[in-house]
Amino acid sequence: MDVGKYDLNDTAIMQFDPKEKEMALTTKNLQVYYGDNHAFYDGSLQFERYKITALIGASGSGKSTFLRSLNRMNDGIAKVDGNIWYRSLDINSSAINVYEMRKHIGMVFQRPNPFSKSIRENITFAVKENGIKDKKKLDEIVESSLKRAALWEEVKDQLGSSALALSGGQQQRLCIARAIAMQPDILLMDEPASALDPISTLKVEETMMELKKHYTIIIVTHNMQQASRVSDYTAFFHLGHVIEYDKTKNIFTFPQKKATDDYVSGNFG
Amino acid sequence: MNPKTINKFALNTIKVIAGLVVIILAFLIGRILIQGVPHISWHFLTSPSQEFVSGGGISYQLFNSFYLLVLTLLISFPISLGAGIFLSEYAPKNWLTEILRMSIEILSSLPSVVVGLFGFLLFVVQFKLGFSIIAGAIALTFFNLPLLTSNVEQALNSVSDLQREAGMALGLSKWRTVIKVIIPEALPGIVTGIVLGAGRVFGEAAALIYTAGQSASTIDFTNWNPFNAASPLNWSRPAETLAVHIWKINSEGIMPDAAAVSAGTSAVLIIVVLIFNLSARYLGNKLYRKFTAAGK
Repeated sequence: MDVGKYDLNDTAIMQFDPKEKEMALTTKNLQVYYGDNHAFYDGSLQFERYKITALIGASGSGKSTFLRSLNRMNDGIAKVDGNIWYRSLDINSSAINVYEMRKHIGMVFQRPNPFSKSIRENITFAVKENGIKDKKKLDEIVESSLKRAALWEEVKDQLGSSALALSGGQQQRLCIARAIAMQPDILLMDEPASALDPISTLKVEETMMELKKHYTIIIVTHNMQQASRVSDYTAFFHLGHVIEYDKTKNIFTFPQKKATDDYVSGNFG
Repeated sequence: MNPKTINKFALNTIKVIAGLVVIILAFLIGRILIQGVPHISWHFLTSPSQEFVSGGGISYQLFNSFYLLVLTLLISFPISLGAGIFLSEYAPKNWLTEILRMSIEILSSLPSVVVGLFGFLLFVVQFKLGFSIIAGAIALTFFNLPLLTSNVEQALNSVSDLQREAGMALGLSKWRTVIKVIIPEALPGIVTGIVLGAGRVFGEAAALIYTAGQSASTIDFTNWNPFNAASPLNWSRPAETLAVHIWKINSEGIMPDAAAVSAGTSAVLIIVVLIFNLSARYLGNKLYRKFTAAGK
């Protein structure tokens, strides 16, 4: 099947009315270049607060590139043009303190990447670097973060042992706990379950449903069942373009564009 | 021949070659130990050497070797750590970095006698340091620096980029990520490299003959003021090391027991280097376990 047959400029992007709904993050005309390679074109998306938004699309569609641009993880790797509005600040401007910004916009990666430190230190490390030294306060943060990441019951008796001894699924939830210990507003997740077995995947998904009470989540996923299970909104990416953005239900049942329809029904590529 | 026979033939050839290497090594080390160990005694290790009569020891040389090693590491480790961090974490991928990396490689393949003569001309003569421990330590730094730098760079490179991303995504600056995440993880590799390098430095002779000198000035082991010429810690005195001592005895030694002293000294040298190597493995493993399986 010829993937080039879709009109990449024929798009259906849902717009929110900011007066009615609170936006956590808004991108405006975001463009990403790797050298001469224009990897992502003109992304203008709004992300509603306390919702889960899924970014779906085939490999190379630009969804991870887009996601990594949102907390400036592409700095020094790619050139990112356009605006990313967060609390009336354009965090894509060069004046922004990216280290401070990343404390508000956390990230969980595809492969679990705990530090080779103890479980407790994995969580307290960045918090301590941030100036919180009080032992009691740190213990509270460890407990609350692990509880929110649904890991507390499994590890509460072994907080001092190495994080690397945990299973892959537990490691990934530890990485989530580590990210939320910084009390971010927004959590970016780059295929957080793709390296996990189905049971661990379900656990991570349950964790996400719990987390959206307190955080805005933007998740890249290859797994369409996952997108339909956990997300409120879904954006479909194709060849560096956002083709369609809508409520998840609409994307999976009444997609407006042929490319989206083909992708979600598995007739694609 | 069928693939199975070829495979068997290749395997056996490799086994023979590997066996040959082991035999040569075992023969060398065994011979040195068999000839030298009987001569090692407390008296041998703790008394000064003699030039004309028998019964001399190697106390000065032994101390000098260790002292020189410590000084060399004190100078070369901070520099190589900084250079290694720069190369691994910060250096942009451009021609300047490539030239830097190539220079380090070239420096590491310099014959040690060239390093020694360079040290002699520049530090001993030009900078008027004379034959001294400090001149020797600087020469050995030239000798050790490239290997240590590559070692640090490789140890840091072997840490997964996922760890760097993890640190960055938590709002840590690059520097804090390197200091608090990457270096602790690379530490076992770095320590192993230091100890193995120490073994090389410990056995080095050619670079020292022209810099630290070939005479073991009298040391007063009760005087620890580094500015006193007789103090063991004084770094401007000439200092013969174990390896230089071996070379000197064999080229111009006239004491009656020259052969035995040489054999004993060689055995001590080999044993110390073996200890370095074994402890490098032990330390590396222990640190690795400490930082990954954190059993506290």
